[in-house]
Amino acid sequence: MSERIRRLVHELPVLGYLVVVWVLLWGTWSWANLLAGAAVALVVTHALPLPQVEQHARFRPWAVLRLTVVFLGELARSSAEVAWEAVRPGGGRSTALIVVQLRTDSDLLLSLVVEALTLTPGSIVLDLDREDRIIAVHMLPVRNHDDLERRRRGVLQFEDRIVRAFGRADDIAALDRLPDPAGIGRPPDATGGADAIDEQRGGRR
Amino acid sequence: MSGLLDAVAAVLLLLGALLCLTAGLGLVRFHDVLSRMHAGTKPQVMGVLLILAGAAIRLRGSSVVWMLLLVAVFQLLTAPLAAHLVSRIAYRRRHVRRDLLLVAEIGFEGFGQPLPADAPQGDEPAEAVTDTSAPSGGSSRAREG
Repeated sequence: MSERIRRLVHELPVLGYLVVVWVLLWGTWSWANLLAGAAVALVVTHALPLPQVEQHARFRPWAVLRLTVVFLGELARSSAEVAWEAVRPGGGRSTALIVVQLRTDSDLLLSLVVEALTLTPGSIVLDLDREDRIIAVHMLPVRNHDDLERRRRGVLQFEDRIVRAFGRADDIAALDRLPDPAGIGRPPDATGGADAIDEQRGGRR
Repeated sequence: MSGLLDAVAAVLLLLGALLCLTAGLGLVRFHDVLSRMHAGTKPQVMGVLLILAGAAIRLRGSSVVWMLLLVAVFQLLTAPLAAHLVSRIAYRRRHVRRDLLLVAEIGFEGFGQPLPADAPQGDEPAEAVTDTSAPSGGSSRAREG
């Protein structure tokens, strides 16, 4: 019994979210809507169970507010950039595909980072290696190699912002630990790291 | 006051429509799937958000406004996922213009192997290549020109 109660408590954020969606869909607030929404939410979560996301996130209002402002600003800026690339003659001919190692090791934070990155600084996340926290990012437009390095740092800055808004204390501590400042955001160098990854991949195949 | 708000709504609607137009232009004008996905996410999402904001101002007070908020949330949640999945599959099937990439630090076979400048291209999953050490086997599929 206590196991079921614990599960229910674990599901509370999802249930709350579903109830809010239900009430918003009806457009008017009433107790009947709330109860119906709760019933629908329970049916949905129990009929279609999803794997649980174990790590709980924190919610830091001030950092979240800053993140929202930065996010909307970046969305507007990159929209304008891509729109200009689409309109100007000869646009869209300079892109890049880079690999960045992130520092956070939480499923929830990683998915937030990936979602936000795809929407914001001219980037789309192409692939993700969960074990090594490496993401492959496609960039458009990229003018030259300096621009590329700037964007590489931008990806890590964005991760920084998101983790500081939603991460737990140990997630934030991990930001300073990894990666080493000399090779910030660089892929594992061709000598050691890449081979290790190859071996892992080969073993998994 | 109401006239001013309507003017703001009109500006937002027009700006949003303009951004959606550039998103459509990008889909036509960009050169490979990965670039087209950029057009499908950023100007598109921003355009929809602006249109929703304009509509919310115009319809102020109506209960429909809450639904517009939901549309915005779902747009923000789903557009990146769709773009990610489409571009990932496109890349694994080698739909990429290597000559437009300044650098390509990930190969068709996965992380740790940069994509060579003469990588074979075409509609073929990367998994189909068994011997990755001999890329010349796929050179017959290399892009013309």
